[in-house]
Amino acid sequence: MSLFNLVLSVLVIGATFFVFGQRAAAGQQATGTIKLHSRSHYHGMWAAITSTLPALLILLVIVLGKNLLFQHWASHFFPPEVAGGDAVDRAIALAKITNVVDGIKFGEVEPWVQSAGEAWTRWESDTIIVANVLVLGVSLTGGLLGYRRISFKFRARNHVERILTWMLIGSSTVAIFTTIGIVLSILFESIRFFKLIPPQDFLFGLEWNPQFEGAERAGSGGGTATYGMIPMFVGTFLISFIALAVAVPVGLFSAIYLAEYATLRVRGIVKPLLEILAGVPTVVYGFFAALTVAPVVKSVGESVGLEVASESALAAGLVMGVMIIPFISSLSDDVINAVPQALRDAAFGLGSTKSEAVRQVVLPAALPGIVAAVILAVSRAVGETMIVVMAAGLAANLSFNPLDAVTTVTSQIVTILVGDQEFESAKTLSAFALALMLIVTTLALNYYALQIVKKYREQYE
Amino acid sequence: MQLEESSRMVQTTSTLEARTIPDSTLGQIHADNPRMKARNVDVFYADKHAIDNISLDIGSGQVISFIGPSGCGKSTFLRCLNRMNDTIDSCRVSGEIMIDDQNIYDSSIDVVLLRARVGMVFQKPNPFPKSIFDNVAYGPRIHGLATSKVELDHIVETSLQRAGLWEEVKDRLDQPGTGLSGGQQQRLCIARAIAVSPEVILMDEPCSALDPIATAKIEELISELREQYTIVIVTHSMQQAARVSDRTAYFHLGKLIEVGDTKQVFTNPLHALTQDYITGRFG
Amino acid sequence: MSDQVSLGLSPERAAERVAESISFRKRRENRFLFLGKSAVAVALGFLVLLFAGILSKGIPGLFQHYVTLDVQLDAERLDPSGQGTLESLADGDFDGVVRDALYEALGGPTGRKAKRQARKLISSGSGQRLMHHVLDNPDQMRSKVALQFAVDDDVDTFLRGLISRDTPEADRRVSDQMISYIDLLQAKGRISYEISDYLFFGSASRDAEMAGIRGALVGSILTLLVCIVIAFPLGVATAVYLEEMAPKNRFTEIIEININNLAAVPSVVFGIMGLAVFIVIFGMPRSIPLVGGIVLALMTLPTIIISSRASIRAVPPSIRDAALGVGASKMQTITHHVLPLAMPGMLTGTIIGMAQALGETAPLLMIGMVAFIVDVPSGVTEPGTVLPVQIFMWADFAERMFIQKTSAAIIVLLAFLISMNAAAIFLRKKLERRW
Repeated sequence: MSLFNLVLSVLVIGATFFVFGQRAAAGQQATGTIKLHSRSHYHGMWAAITSTLPALLILLVIVLGKNLLFQHWASHFFPPEVAGGDAVDRAIALAKITNVVDGIKFGEVEPWVQSAGEAWTRWESDTIIVANVLVLGVSLTGGLLGYRRISFKFRARNHVERILTWMLIGSSTVAIFTTIGIVLSILFESIRFFKLIPPQDFLFGLEWNPQFEGAERAGSGGGTATYGMIPMFVGTFLISFIALAVAVPVGLFSAIYLAEYATLRVRGIVKPLLEILAGVPTVVYGFFAALTVAPVVKSVGESVGLEVASESALAAGLVMGVMIIPFISSLSDDVINAVPQALRDAAFGLGSTKSEAVRQVVLPAALPGIVAAVILAVSRAVGETMIVVMAAGLAANLSFNPLDAVTTVTSQIVTILVGDQEFESAKTLSAFALALMLIVTTLALNYYALQIVKKYREQYE
Repeated sequence: MQLEESSRMVQTTSTLEARTIPDSTLGQIHADNPRMKARNVDVFYADKHAIDNISLDIGSGQVISFIGPSGCGKSTFLRCLNRMNDTIDSCRVSGEIMIDDQNIYDSSIDVVLLRARVGMVFQKPNPFPKSIFDNVAYGPRIHGLATSKVELDHIVETSLQRAGLWEEVKDRLDQPGTGLSGGQQQRLCIARAIAVSPEVILMDEPCSALDPIATAKIEELISELREQYTIVIVTHSMQQAARVSDRTAYFHLGKLIEVGDTKQVFTNPLHALTQDYITGRFG
Repeated sequence: MSDQVSLGLSPERAAERVAESISFRKRRENRFLFLGKSAVAVALGFLVLLFAGILSKGIPGLFQHYVTLDVQLDAERLDPSGQGTLESLADGDFDGVVRDALYEALGGPTGRKAKRQARKLISSGSGQRLMHHVLDNPDQMRSKVALQFAVDDDVDTFLRGLISRDTPEADRRVSDQMISYIDLLQAKGRISYEISDYLFFGSASRDAEMAGIRGALVGSILTLLVCIVIAFPLGVATAVYLEEMAPKNRFTEIIEININNLAAVPSVVFGIMGLAVFIVIFGMPRSIPLVGGIVLALMTLPTIIISSRASIRAVPPSIRDAALGVGASKMQTITHHVLPLAMPGMLTGTIIGMAQALGETAPLLMIGMVAFIVDVPSGVTEPGTVLPVQIFMWADFAERMFIQKTSAAIIVLLAFLISMNAAAIFLRKKLERRW
């Protein structure tokens, strides 16, 4: 039975128990003059929960845990030199075995790999049977046990509500587990990377030239691999800077115009139009940048005698700037509107023109909020992926020239991790180290922005 | 005759609703030496008729107070006098308000010039989140009143002195104006208005957010300022109106019911509504 | 006090100076207003440029050129074993039959070279297309029918006028011989320009004229289904817990911090997490909508939680008091009163979150949804791709026709996004109550 059908069966069993539970409770009430503690549908829900919840939890554990268990079992097949080897050897061995399981063949397969693969396939099919039997059995047993507890004095509602409360609490911990998942997955691999490449080489290295180990060993890779992240961070911040140079003036002045000058009608039309820019998927921006903007930038640049790379930082940055305009304008609009009207009145009462009031009173008062908006925008730009993957190059030039091709942290991560990867190679692991730097940067920027916003709120509350 | 009429109404009607609101204002709308003259002013907020056909002179060198129950239009009318209502989109004003025989709603009038001549102090103290000095210097700076730093310093100092705040703040001019107490903030706002050297100062319930001691100081200040400025003050406190103003105007439901010398209005009101209000029957 | 104070500027002198400053300040005011207006104009200009660029390329991409051929459905050649099933048709010589029909339409080209040129006119998937036609219409066997076949993508590009006849023959992908054939077919009225059926019903293909978005569309729908099934209940449950039940303590504070942080994490990082956790540790297959949906659900969770909390908070406390007052339990109050009242707001947030998920590309690249998959996924555990990733892949292909197809796919994607956002706005306007 497929996973989907199994889940469906459990739900059907649960629904059946609901009906029977409710009938049983209602029946008890009908036979006598006794009053149920809880209304009959709570008894039904109780039976439904006891039949579905434990069964689904067991299924979840099986689905998520089986692979770990199989890996453990498969390690018994390892020959001594692999079992005694380091993590890399074991990961490669496991990869060979899973290839056999998936029916992918690369050349000669060692006998122990073949037998481990066959065993693994057997475990897979056995697990399906075990899972089916176990889940359906637990579902039926649980339902029956729950059903038997139904009586007129059974406090079904309290039990159901307690379980619901725990389910709510469980749901809200998903955010924590997601964070833990992100941090651990990136941290572990980064630590492994830093065992291969010293952190100072990574943090301060000026050259980025990742190589697959195979190529390095064979001497065909063109020199040794170097993993210095500086060129990528320079590229990232160069593109972000260009983006902000577009987005901040346009977004801020749009916000000022919409908040202070525009009539309600104009505001009602322009604001949603700007929001559309925020809703366009980044892959569309990337396509636009690569196909339309980059050639224009190149031909314009060359017509005035400049040398422009066909994947220039300028094109990617310009388009990223367009993407960020609505972000800046709506955040700035909010903070400008949050400036108390009393301050504007004071300025107008003294005979300020509108622009004097805006420039000398409103903007200084809104400045912290605007700064926070800009910082948040930087964090968006740094984490943006598709535009740079499609429109910025992959050449890790250490350059501050917007007309050069540069690469960014996110586009390197995508390039390294998309497609086939070599296990445990420094190149694959370097993507995780880059991701670590990426989240540290974005979270720091966000934290800083939120601190500013907090202070700003206190000022007016 | 009007007196008779109103006393007759007091005798014959027991409910306020029954009182008729006169078509025209009772008392003396004219002033001897008018600085501003309002004629047949109507104000609409979208569909709401907020001010209904008001005509009134603001006498030069006088303090005139506007009183009346809340929502009677006294603040709205005050804000018409320097076109502060322009900032509200749905607001429409018709009629004439003259200053030096020029209609301030005329298209040739620059609202910046007008507001430099007719300054305003608001209900809640609203200092800018800047230093005390910059607060007072704001007006002179934008209007280019000072030709040098020395002159600017002089304007700031005299303004603060006239607002009676100089002694309290002279050692901390670079500290934020928002750090002062409520009463000090309001005097700072008055100093800020004075610094532009206006002819008229409009005050919209300037003491409503202040404690009695701060209120007393502001009232004292108003009595001193009357020597050089024409002051229009909206107040919900009849005692305050009686203490500080030369003339008093009573507003009711968007109409100017009665205007006259403060003493006369408070001791011998012409209209029963005024009488009811000042004797505290409603409001 | 006032006796010692010097009078400063007289009002008259002040008014003079103000008047002096006025023209300069007017100019500055106008300049500032101009800046504001031009900023809005620039922003809207970008919007127009973006949409004009995509529409101008994408609308032609919705169409393509077909050539009508009179095909003799010869049973012996097409269905040698005569069973009419997919298996028996697989042995048929469909390509040959189409080729013969093409030669006939061209007036019988002679010589290998001429025939090769002729064959290059039509799509290499024409035989396949004929097979499906025969499979669907077995009664037409042994008759001669007029059928439309897609022209090759280079021919299509030529017919759109994007390849000039003036270019030297060696530099263009359409030879002189082919051009004369095309002219011949056009003169006979056999070439038509119609809505592309391949675009909507075709699957991924390296041949531009046959490439379609069906697989990606189905993949997107499956991924979004997984995403909504996970994210909506989790998001609403979290919001309910945090707003209605959670005590103010360290635990709830940690949850709140986590939610805010997750909202700030770049989407590509969610992809890395999905790769490391679901694929490497839990051993789930790559490229499947199930993993894609889970990753996108975790990514959109903060959006849904934040908007759900806002709409729960908008339900006035008096309603809770009323329910509790008649003896409802806390849970009954929530399920009977708070949730129904907050539902429009929650749905709005969810739709916006789903729109975000529908347009997302980077995390799905990480979990391998970028693979070239021809089959339409039939379930959430079948390998598949999604619309934005399809766009990303097509954008990389060099053929000119792919540019139009990519733009057409973008139009489809934007149409979905705009209708989702419109639905959200509609919900907010019509259903949300103002208290």
